[in-house]
Amino acid sequence: MTEKFAPVDKVLEEFNYDSSKLIPILQHVQDIYSYLPEDVMRYVADKLNISPAKVFGVATFFAHFSIKPKGKHIIKVCNGTACHVKGSSALIDAISKKLNLKAGQDTSADGMFTLECVYCLGACGLAPVMVMDQSVYGQVTPEKATALIDDMVKQEAAHAK
Amino acid sequence: MLNKDLKKITEEFNSQYKQIAGRITICGGTGCVANGCMKVYEAFQAEMKKQKVTFCLEISKECQGHYLSLSGCQGFCAHGPLVTVNDIFYTHVKPEDVPEIIEKTVVKGEVIDRLLYHNPATGDVCEHKDDIPFYAKQQRILLKDSGRINPRDIHEYIANGGYAQAKRVFTEMTPEEVCKEMIESGLRGRGGAGFPTGKKWDSARLEKEPKKYIVCNGDEGDPGAFMDSAVMEGNPNAVLEGMMIAARATGADEGVVYVRMEYPLAVRSIRAAIKQAEELGILGDNVFGSGQNFRIRVMEGAGAYVCGEASALIASVEGRRGMPRVKPPRTSSKGLFQKPTVVNNVETLALVPKVYEMGAKEFKKIGTEKSSGTKTFAVTGHVANTGLTEVPMGTTLRQLIDNVAGGTTNSDGTINKDAFKAAQIGGPSGGCLTKDQLDLPLDFDSLKSVGAMIGSGGLVVMNEHTCMVNVARFFLEFTKNESCGKCVPCREGTDQMLSLLTDIVEGRGTMETLDTLEELARAVQKTSLCGLGQSAPNPVLSTLKNFREEYIAHVKDKTCPAGVCKALAKYRILADKCKGCGMCKRACPVGAIDGQVGKPHQIDANKCIKCGNCQRTCKFGAVTR
Repeated sequence: MTEKFAPVDKVLEEFNYDSSKLIPILQHVQDIYSYLPEDVMRYVADKLNISPAKVFGVATFFAHFSIKPKGKHIIKVCNGTACHVKGSSALIDAISKKLNLKAGQDTSADGMFTLECVYCLGACGLAPVMVMDQSVYGQVTPEKATALIDDMVKQEAAHAK
Repeated sequence: MLNKDLKKITEEFNSQYKQIAGRITICGGTGCVANGCMKVYEAFQAEMKKQKVTFCLEISKECQGHYLSLSGCQGFCAHGPLVTVNDIFYTHVKPEDVPEIIEKTVVKGEVIDRLLYHNPATGDVCEHKDDIPFYAKQQRILLKDSGRINPRDIHEYIANGGYAQAKRVFTEMTPEEVCKEMIESGLRGRGGAGFPTGKKWDSARLEKEPKKYIVCNGDEGDPGAFMDSAVMEGNPNAVLEGMMIAARATGADEGVVYVRMEYPLAVRSIRAAIKQAEELGILGDNVFGSGQNFRIRVMEGAGAYVCGEASALIASVEGRRGMPRVKPPRTSSKGLFQKPTVVNNVETLALVPKVYEMGAKEFKKIGTEKSSGTKTFAVTGHVANTGLTEVPMGTTLRQLIDNVAGGTTNSDGTINKDAFKAAQIGGPSGGCLTKDQLDLPLDFDSLKSVGAMIGSGGLVVMNEHTCMVNVARFFLEFTKNESCGKCVPCREGTDQMLSLLTDIVEGRGTMETLDTLEELARAVQKTSLCGLGQSAPNPVLSTLKNFREEYIAHVKDKTCPAGVCKALAKYRILADKCKGCGMCKRACPVGAIDGQVGKPHQIDANKCIKCGNCQRTCKFGAVTR
């Protein structure tokens, strides 16, 4: 049991098992697993001596935490006010269509891409803005967005060979 | 305790700075990073090596040649990446331009005309920053240094007078005097509510509890506002100095900077500044020999808009869900871990050292009687110069949009001052200002009187092709998602308002829907627990008041006058513009378009699925909706 959660133990130690540091603890834990698995949340609750409901409550309250696994590549489309008036909805539609996402679904069936709509990345001067993994793209058109996805698919295919 | 005198640091920095032959500054703000400034920065290093031009990346004993550094956001985001060589200011710089810049400008001091800013209104070519109306028409007090100095070098901040005010308040002033000066300056909180900063400090000062906290609110959540990220990135030491002065005023010994996780650059910048300030002994035990300790730590938010509210922010610093609580007691008496806590916004704190540097009296001369000082506005949307600006409080909307931001633009980016339809100020909590309100002075009280608010200073300009009902719906969708769910009026009210607005934009609304919407909006406004719920109806109420005819068009005529709402779109081909090329016919996925080659085509409304392909493919602008 303990061995399985060794990386989590390290995080907990770093924060001195202090339950007031729950948010940074979960941020570090999510960095390890890329999401928050249920057994990990229960383990954290147990070690911090708080109820699993409290951990689950925090994990579901904040947008940064995910309790579902995410795709390999994260596409964030900014839907802040400036991006919205400059046409981010068209981007979201185009990407959803490209990835074959049904309503309520955010990760493509092959687990390759997750589409997230976020509010304001602070680059409003370049609206509409899209972020794929670590790269930020400004003044994105639906055509440019789908082309970026195509590029990534090609890179992945080349990598697989 | 300081391990080296500020004067000594300044002297050392200045003597080392004299060694450099010139300075190249590249804007490293979020906007320019997204525009590819890091590639320009790398190109400069590679190319200077290639052309054998000596350069250095930091000011030190050994530095020589040209000093290459990144700055914080310079505000002129639409024209980035921005590069300044000594005082020559280049816009839209690409890595390909770098060899020429080094060869001509860096080495020979020649100006490259095509990289300068050309004023589209007058045709003037601007060689220096101050020649550009965008900068010339501003009054940059807060943003002056950010964009000029290297934010990662505390020594440069000190050499420009930094931390001198913190030292003065710790060594020459009593907490009471510090509060008094702040009250006299009339500085009001820049986060939105506009509460007098001095009063907030003074009430925390009067608390008997020995343990107190200063919290810097950097959870800038308003979509369309990015001044706090710009300040944290570009001048983190000003924020820290402001916190130190607040600590002296109240007797706090611990500070927390709460930064939104969407701002990785700001987090890094603040962390680096704290580390340097600790190394120099500015932060830590026995600050400036006063006997008072002060330490600052950073906490990254986890993504919740409501955490911009002080009590919700405090809950999340304590490791709980970020939900506001009923007040009183105010956070200044029962805040973080139940101790007296001052929560100030980033912009407010960064202005604090300026207030003491200028003196309360001088500071109060700027702006209006009841709203002193300058305010930053993040101007975005349909304007020529989207970016970050700073103007005195009381500047009119028209001055800001036309003089600083270069005027309203059409959707294709061409300037058209008559295209202005509305400006949304203060984010999702604010309101819409109309053409009739263009001469309204932008200050706390004037905006409140028309049902809007200054908020954090996000200003989204919208042209004629914007549907105000759709905008109101957009804000409601935001507040509905961000409602924490604690109180019923906000949790249920925003959800119901959103459904009503969705009905309207999708053609199911009636005149009765409008009445229900208005009644509900007033109820949510009056009965919600915190600012989020109380202000969530603002966009609805202000658009209902100012653009009622647009709502009526949606519910009665089932049309969207701006042609934005998809469900209400009626695609038509204008016979006089149609050349009969057949492009639209081929693009239509359902075969709804018919017509002979060379003759005007028609759309069969019964078959049309409103996908818009025809409008996008038409080269003659013959398709309308």
